[in-house]
Amino acid sequence: MIRVHLPAHLRTLARIEGEASLDVPGKVTQRSVLDALETCYPVLRGTLRDHVTGQRRPFVRFFACAQDLSHESPDAPLPEAVAAGSEPFFVIGAVAGGCC
Amino acid sequence: MNGVRVLVGTRKGAFILTSDAKRKRWRISGPHFAGWEIFHLKGSPADPDRLYASQWSGWFGQVIQRSNDGGKTWEPVGNQFTYDGTAGTHQWYDGTPHPWEFKRVWHLEPSLPDPDTLYAGVEDASIFRSSDGGKTWQEIPALRKHDTASRWQPGAGGMCLHTILLHPVDPGRIIIAISAAGVFRTDDAGITWRPMNRGLRSEHIPDPTAEIGHCVHRVAMHPSRPEVLFMQKHWDVMRSDDAGVSWREISGNLPTDFGFPISVHAHEPDTVYVVPIKSDSEHYPPDGKLRVYRSRTGGNEWEALTKGLPQRNCYVNVLRDAMAVDSLDACGVYFGTTGGQVYASADAGDSWRPIVRNLPAVLSVEVQTLR
Repeated sequence: MIRVHLPAHLRTLARIEGEASLDVPGKVTQRSVLDALETCYPVLRGTLRDHVTGQRRPFVRFFACAQDLSHESPDAPLPEAVAAGSEPFFVIGAVAGGCC
Repeated sequence: MNGVRVLVGTRKGAFILTSDAKRKRWRISGPHFAGWEIFHLKGSPADPDRLYASQWSGWFGQVIQRSNDGGKTWEPVGNQFTYDGTAGTHQWYDGTPHPWEFKRVWHLEPSLPDPDTLYAGVEDASIFRSSDGGKTWQEIPALRKHDTASRWQPGAGGMCLHTILLHPVDPGRIIIAISAAGVFRTDDAGITWRPMNRGLRSEHIPDPTAEIGHCVHRVAMHPSRPEVLFMQKHWDVMRSDDAGVSWREISGNLPTDFGFPISVHAHEPDTVYVVPIKSDSEHYPPDGKLRVYRSRTGGNEWEALTKGLPQRNCYVNVLRDAMAVDSLDACGVYFGTTGGQVYASADAGDSWRPIVRNLPAVLSVEVQTLR
């Protein structure tokens, strides 16, 4: 199972306690993980990626295994440890994203 | 219950304040959607327990929430606001073309007869409609495709469609306002739109009396007299007696005619309330005195309402969607401040008291009279 760690606001919105565990068929990439996440939790559609373009929202970042993967291709394989479920895929709200 | 429910949107969540008809003791619930900016909440006139909320964050964008039990529980509904066809461009702050981009929902306006139908006023300016309780949204595209739209520009808060007035009898007539484009009206349920800005004068545009480009902050209407509109513009308080075809200034003796909200008394269609703010760069009351001004003559003659409001060292703002009235007898008037206070008057403005003091900055206030 793929482990996805979401920011607190999105865990509340999707009513997820702890990490989301996802069954991701095929190649494990940002796109396939996020597609699986949005299939399990449709309320998250539009909160991480633009509805139409599928692009990452500007103040959302993707980390895993101590690396910033935000600017990797969405179809690039995620680290083996993420694919094996030993490390989570982190969705992070950028520190600059809040206001007031 | 008989009483009042006040729906308060703030920078960090929503709060619901309830009271019986005496309006003396208030129960406060919240924060709902803690940490998110709640631009607006509004209840359905047809079903007061059906509420809608616009929830937004800089990180995660737009969410629309719906409640079927007066705000005790909520469920997220649809958040896809996609412009119809090619989005096109409007003017950016520097006058250059800028692509239309959806940012957030500023205002939700449930239909008068149907709890499942509602309108959303969004930034960048357009109007959307849902007929399935907010699950899906369709743009009413003719407004954004108006032949003046490439010349619309953002106000300081963004290019928002913030006012949606539904005619009490004629479902085809909708009046909207955009900062900074002005007022538009449709008489055919959105198929065609006409600018309704004759009589407005704005010094921030090259032609001060142009057909569009006016920074309208808020428009209010009394349902018994839908031809009469009251407007708080960036500067100037205005009135129309012909459903927006022409406007005349009614600022009269106000200490400043800059401000954001404007509301009409529930039972007296010529009694109007504004909150004068010092200027477009000094967003606080003049002289540090928080004063609501009331006209009982439909404008021009205004009286300061100060009893119970801070009269020194007060430097809060009152935003455009942050004032509303109830329809009890006597009419209650409510407004929220950027300092987190919600003030209420149970006597049509003669006296005020804070019903809550220390919320996050208040973005919107709506009131439901429950019978």
